[in-house]
Amino acid sequence: MAQLLQHLINGIAAGTIYALVALGYTMVYGVLKLINFAHGDVMMVGVYMGYSTAFLLGRQTQSTPWGVLVIFLVAMAGCALMGFLIERFAYRPLRDKPRLTALITAIGISFALSYGFQLDIGFLPGSAPRAFPQIIKPAQWFTVGDPEFPDVVLWNWQVISLMLAVGLMVGLQYLVYRTRFGRAMRAVSFDHRVAALMGIPTDRVISLTFMIGSALAAGAGLLYAIKDTSVSPLMGLYVGLKAFVAAVIGGIGNVPGAMVGGLLLGLVEEFVVGYAASTWRDAVAFGFLILVLLVRPGGLFGRVAAEKV
Amino acid sequence: MRRFAPMLLTAFALFAAGCEKKSQPAPSGEGGQAAQPAAAGGAPADSNTILLGQVGSLTGAQATFGVSTRNGIELAIKQANDAGGVKGKKIAVRVYDNQSKPEEAAQATTRLITQDKVVIILGDVASSNSLAMAEKAQSAGVPMITPASTNPSVTEKGEYIFRICFIDPFQGFVMAKFAREHLKAEQVAILQDNKSAYSIGLTDVFQGKFTELGGKITTLESYSQGDTDFRAQLTAIKKTKPQAIYVPGYYSDVGIIARQARELGLMVPLMGGDGWDSEKLFELAGNALDGSYFSNHYSPENPEPHVQKFIAQYKAAYGSVPDALAALGYDAARVAIAAIERARDLSGPAIRDAIAQTQDFQGVAGTISLDKNRNAVKSAAILKVGDGKAQFVTTINP
Repeated sequence: MAQLLQHLINGIAAGTIYALVALGYTMVYGVLKLINFAHGDVMMVGVYMGYSTAFLLGRQTQSTPWGVLVIFLVAMAGCALMGFLIERFAYRPLRDKPRLTALITAIGISFALSYGFQLDIGFLPGSAPRAFPQIIKPAQWFTVGDPEFPDVVLWNWQVISLMLAVGLMVGLQYLVYRTRFGRAMRAVSFDHRVAALMGIPTDRVISLTFMIGSALAAGAGLLYAIKDTSVSPLMGLYVGLKAFVAAVIGGIGNVPGAMVGGLLLGLVEEFVVGYAASTWRDAVAFGFLILVLLVRPGGLFGRVAAEKV
Repeated sequence: MRRFAPMLLTAFALFAAGCEKKSQPAPSGEGGQAAQPAAAGGAPADSNTILLGQVGSLTGAQATFGVSTRNGIELAIKQANDAGGVKGKKIAVRVYDNQSKPEEAAQATTRLITQDKVVIILGDVASSNSLAMAEKAQSAGVPMITPASTNPSVTEKGEYIFRICFIDPFQGFVMAKFAREHLKAEQVAILQDNKSAYSIGLTDVFQGKFTELGGKITTLESYSQGDTDFRAQLTAIKKTKPQAIYVPGYYSDVGIIARQARELGLMVPLMGGDGWDSEKLFELAGNALDGSYFSNHYSPENPEPHVQKFIAQYKAAYGSVPDALAALGYDAARVAIAAIERARDLSGPAIRDAIAQTQDFQGVAGTISLDKNRNAVKSAAILKVGDGKAQFVTTINP
């Protein structure tokens, strides 16, 4: 029982990160119908930005709440800028080309970032994994059993991550459905040429969507690095793929769907590893994806839209 | 992700092919000479240089392994050249990176054999990579020495493959013995890396020996190299209340495992093998590994004069204390150079025979005698982690 509870906590903590990264996929897909495969690598760059900021602040082991806020803001702003540049120079020129073209560019950017960051020149970090500084001092918020040898541990950062993720999801939902910008986003998503005719600044809306998505990625990446205490140039490929699966399970383009997909995937993986074997993790995770797609082709929360021919 | 790998490999191959022409002349350590065309297959292009080859993990998950080994090899070659070279010729080494991947290692080995025509190949640290290399070296008849691959199957690839370190069964044996006799542990859990031949090899022997000595393995959990969340396995391990956990993995994973174990309230010592040996381990683990033990090839605290002399020279050259892989790289290069000196000519079979005769060779990581299976017979050091470094505890003999 205690073990089940611990697996539940671990699974939610892992799923939260997937969910946050998946939000970025979902937003970009929702507006552009583009799967931004570079999303995970933008996340990785964000983590390195946070890493460098933490060291510049000189608090290598733990930070004050303000320090943490600065680290998050710098990483998120940096990634927003990067998201803008990637969209402006890699995707915008291809917007009216076949959709496959932009997808291939996205894969190209993904590899350029993850392998570029393995170079060891100048500010680039080299390929070895690094320990991520403990910017949130770990504290046990809740334990069951002997305090020296607890059966169940709930950590402060797990709660913080979950609250942050839920908060961001609610905020996004509000942004998309209750604001002028959100309405513009949905209009661009529906048909960006007609939206432009209606006087919506399509390019600006798309740029902003990318920037928000990338900033979210940076935030999620930092939570991930805090959770797993390490950072490496290839982390984005792995997390990005998993988050993409989470977004598809939930119904890509759907904000609460990304959240639920992420949490489900995290829990499935945790239980598979905890009760079966880690070798099964990816097989079961992707099997789960196939199962969901067979039963509900649009994902759990998605609608299958009949495409007009 | 997997299906992009072939695309990527192709791109790298094209890139490498493009660079070929530029990197061909002047192996390191050699002045500008009129390049003579290679007269016959097998002879190096430059007749005044004997070229060795190294394939190592210079980047990727085990990057410190390859870099340390390379430093050790370079130091040995520099000393040999300063002492007048071998057979009146200078020695040089050509190094290729395998990005910690077996497929890259195999490719690089083929390049060393067919294009660079090296006389000896010095292998990688990770057994999975050396296995891929051994295949190529054996079929081409080029002798290969691996400095630190401890998986038994590496030298089983054939009579051209040697190693100057002990093998996994020995490390698993040593740790099982240590756990039973020194730690008095009765119940031990194992967390193995099921993607690495090294980890599986150590696990098998540890499990057998520990049970044979009267201990009990509470559970065997596994992870895959590169994972960063080990909480599920550790939670399952915690339930079985072990007195220690055997984690025969590589430092990049072990550091994270240790942190997460402590975080989940698992305070028992961890035990491991030489895959732990890296300064990065302490950076990744923080103080989570204090009180843990691992078996290793050598300890820089060993007071023997020739060991201390090597440490001083290495420090002067690279500014850091050599880890075991630097020491083994150094030893491997010296064994190779000594064999070239003894060999009647530079052909593969001649050098092979010379390496096979290596007996009582004094290396910094122990005295090397090769047995009939081309494995070195030597003792292991047990190190204890504390205060951000590894302290020498004891030596266990075969």
